[in-house]
This record gives sequence, C-alpha cells and structure tokens, in this order.
Amino acid sequence: MRIFDPHIHMTSRTTDDYEAMYAAGVRALVEPAFWLGQPRTSVGSFTDYFDGLVGWEPFRAGQFGIRHHCTIALNPKEAGDPRCRGVLDVLPRYLAKDGVVAVGEIGYDAMTPEEDSAFAAQLRLAVEHDLPVLVHTPHRDKALGTRRSLEMVAESGIPPGRVVIDHLNEVTVGLVHDSGCWMGFSIYPDTKMDEERMVRLLGEYGTDRMLVNSAADWGRSDPLKTARTGAAMLAAGFTEDDVDKVLWRNPVAFYGQSGRLDLGGIDIAEPTATYAGNSVLRGER
Amino acid sequence: MSDLRRILDAHLTESGAQWLDAAAERIAADAGAIRPLFPAVGRHCGRAPLDPAADGHGWTVDDAGRALLLTCLPLTGPALAREVGDLYRYGDAAEKRGVLRGLHLLGLGDEALPLVHDALRTNDTRLIAAALGPYGAARLDPHAYRHGVLKCVFTGVPLAAVAGLRERRDAELARMFTAFARERVAAGRTVPADVWLVTDPEED
Repeated sequence: MRIFDPHIHMTSRTTDDYEAMYAAGVRALVEPAFWLGQPRTSVGSFTDYFDGLVGWEPFRAGQFGIRHHCTIALNPKEAGDPRCRGVLDVLPRYLAKDGVVAVGEIGYDAMTPEEDSAFAAQLRLAVEHDLPVLVHTPHRDKALGTRRSLEMVAESGIPPGRVVIDHLNEVTVGLVHDSGCWMGFSIYPDTKMDEERMVRLLGEYGTDRMLVNSAADWGRSDPLKTARTGAAMLAAGFTEDDVDKVLWRNPVAFYGQSGRLDLGGIDIAEPTATYAGNSVLRGER
Repeated sequence: MSDLRRILDAHLTESGAQWLDAAAERIAADAGAIRPLFPAVGRHCGRAPLDPAADGHGWTVDDAGRALLLTCLPLTGPALAREVGDLYRYGDAAEKRGVLRGLHLLGLGDEALPLVHDALRTNDTRLIAAALGPYGAARLDPHAYRHGVLKCVFTGVPLAAVAGLRERRDAELARMFTAFARERVAAGRTVPADVWLVTDPEED
C-alpha cells in the first residue's frame, strides 16, 4: 500500500511518527499551514512558521524517506485577529515556493466578516498564482459553513476541480459532491470521521474526487489513520486498485495541478509486501 | 559568458537555458525582478548535482543558477546586501542555499555575515555546508569558523565540503577535534575519518 497523506501537520509530530508512517507505506504528504493551538500575535510568528514548512520540515521528512510538500495561507481561526492581517501581504512570497502545492487552509471558523474578506482575498491569490485550494470547514455550524464556502468558491471563478473542501461528514458530503469540488475527509480517533464511516461513504459516493487524510496534529489524532482506512476498505471488499486510487493517485492528481509535486525517485516497492503480511492491520511490524 | 553560465551549459535543457538567460536579462534591467524568479530556478533549470559523484553537499544546478542570477543584480553596497538578505530571509531551504553559494561572487564586505551565522544555527546539513563556502571561510572570525567546522563533523557533513580548512585549521581546532574524538571513543562510537585532516595537519 503506497500512501500520500494529503493533510497532516508534521510540525507537531515526532520522528517516531515519521518512522511508523514510512513503515505503513506513507511516502509523500502535504502539510497545510494552520494554527498552532496558541494564538499568534504578530506577522513574524507566521513567517517563521512558513519558513519551517518550506525549510526544516521537508528536510526532516526527507531523513525518513518521506516527500514533504505544504500549503500556505492565513488560517480562518486567526484571520479575524487584526494583529495577523498583515500575513496576507507576505503570502505572495511564499506562494512562489517549490514545495507549496496549494493555498490553504482557508475558509471559515466562526463565519465573521473578517473571515469572509480573508477567504475571498486568498481565493484571488490562488488564481493569481495558479494554485489549487484547500478549504477547511468549521467545527461549529458545519453544514452552513460548508454551503457558504461553496458559494464563496463559485463567486471566485476558480474551477471547482481545483478546490478541495475538507473535514466533511455524512451531512456535508452530498453538497460538495454535487459542486464538482474534491471531497476531503479527516479520519480521527473519535470525532470528525472514522474508518468504518469513511468506507460507507466511499461505497455510497464512489472513489472519484475523494481524499482521505489523517489531519494529525497536536490534538488527539493518529498519523496512521490513512493506512487503517485502506485496510478497512480492503476488509469491506474494495480492491487494491481502489485503495491505491484513494490513498495515492487521487492526492497526486489533486495537488499535481500545482505543477510542483516532486515525487521522482521515491521508493514505493516495499509497502505492498508489508501489507500482504497484514502488519498495517495489526499495527505492528 | 560567465564561468557559472559556462559550467551550467552542460546541465541545462534548451528551454532551461532560455529561461535562465531571460531571467538574467530581466534582473540586470530591474533588480526587483529577481524576487519571483529566484524561487522558480529549480522548476525551470533542474536540481541535479553538478558533480554526480559528490556526496550530496556539493553544488546543484539550481544552486549555480541562483548564484548566477545574484551576480546579475544591478546593485552595489548596502542596496545589494539588502536585496540579497531579503532573498535569504524569505527563501525556502533551496533559495537560502543558493544565496550562500553565491555570496563570494558579489563583491560584498561583511554585510552578509549574518546570513552565514543564521545558516550555521540551523540543523539542515545542506545549509551548514553552504555556509562554509568561500565567503564564510574568508570572513567568519576564528571562533565561529571552528564551531562551524565542528558542527559539520557532528552533523555528518564531510569536511571536503568546507572551504578554507587547509589555511584556517589551527591548534585550537585540533584540540576541539581531539576532544570530540575522545568523547566518541568513550561512548563506543565511531570517529569520522576526516577528523584526522584537522588533528594531524602533517598528514596531508
């Protein structure tokens, strides 16, 4: 099983995680810029963070055989803080970088006017820089937030095929499916979505435009949820090819639209053998 | 044609060479043009090592391309140092490395030394190696240079990648390396072979 995790916050994870991810078949990932739990109070905190996403973290991932890319944006949770608005002015410098494969995470947290304007401004930046977009949907009032996000995307004129709407669930997936945008699912230990529910949604909506991620960060989360979802798919009767499409080819196709994915020379031969021994299912090696 | 451009000729595709020459021309006419061009060098020119036999800490095609673009900047003195400093400050790891590679070609004084110090504070071995190029080797004070070299040994950067070692190695560096080797041996760990390059300066 070769795995591309399209959304994981490695800055918050340990080298043990990198080793376990490699053993489970993860060979590439995208780390979206998001908040750090503790609100930031200046633009400098953001630029240092962005520098890590295009500097130290790809280097660290490389030590463990994993190709690291990122998305850059002013996230919705901090978009309403006047001390952070200046981040919008430095984004163009980062959106020109090799490792930056989308604008994100943008979208809504509390659906305020400030969030509206940051969302719209960053959709314009995505068009200017010819980059796909990663849209975070809010935890609270998710259905309305998803609908308003889709309206915002439609107004921006960006083609829906260049947008992923993330953190979907049973209630919000249908809207996004009909919009032509890609559908992102964050498989969590006990909140957003779990493996079994994900498998049911794949049965219902098919495997096109579907992206499965662990969204692992500093909260309770599991960087191996992508592999566990692949195992659950196989157990439910999906083929190896279906799993490969959802866990590898789909994220490659979506972020590949940036023209900046660099997957040359990745060793992806071994994981299939690992899978055949069921080590992923049992979580041991 | 400059030396760098001549070296690059063997490594560039036709479209890569065209892109680089056009970029160089635009920067010569307008310094600000370098800001969006500098990050894009790898995408257009490639990232392979210039010497495929080298260990991974040597110059790459994008390093040489970026160094070449720096030499095209129509700026001098403080204005040049400021532009180069910003390219480093807002650069990703590859851009930072490109700046460090080109510093000795720009006719700068000590203005760019803070960039070298910044790179030596990282743990990214590609940056550490590039920081100890000809500019850093010529301008770092003895203490900083010695610690830079010792950091190379600690982080696995081969000393062959370090500029100026033959001229700048001294008794204090030999003492530091001997202490390092003693610690490694006490811990039952191996000592990198190139440590002797410094501890036994007679053995060239």
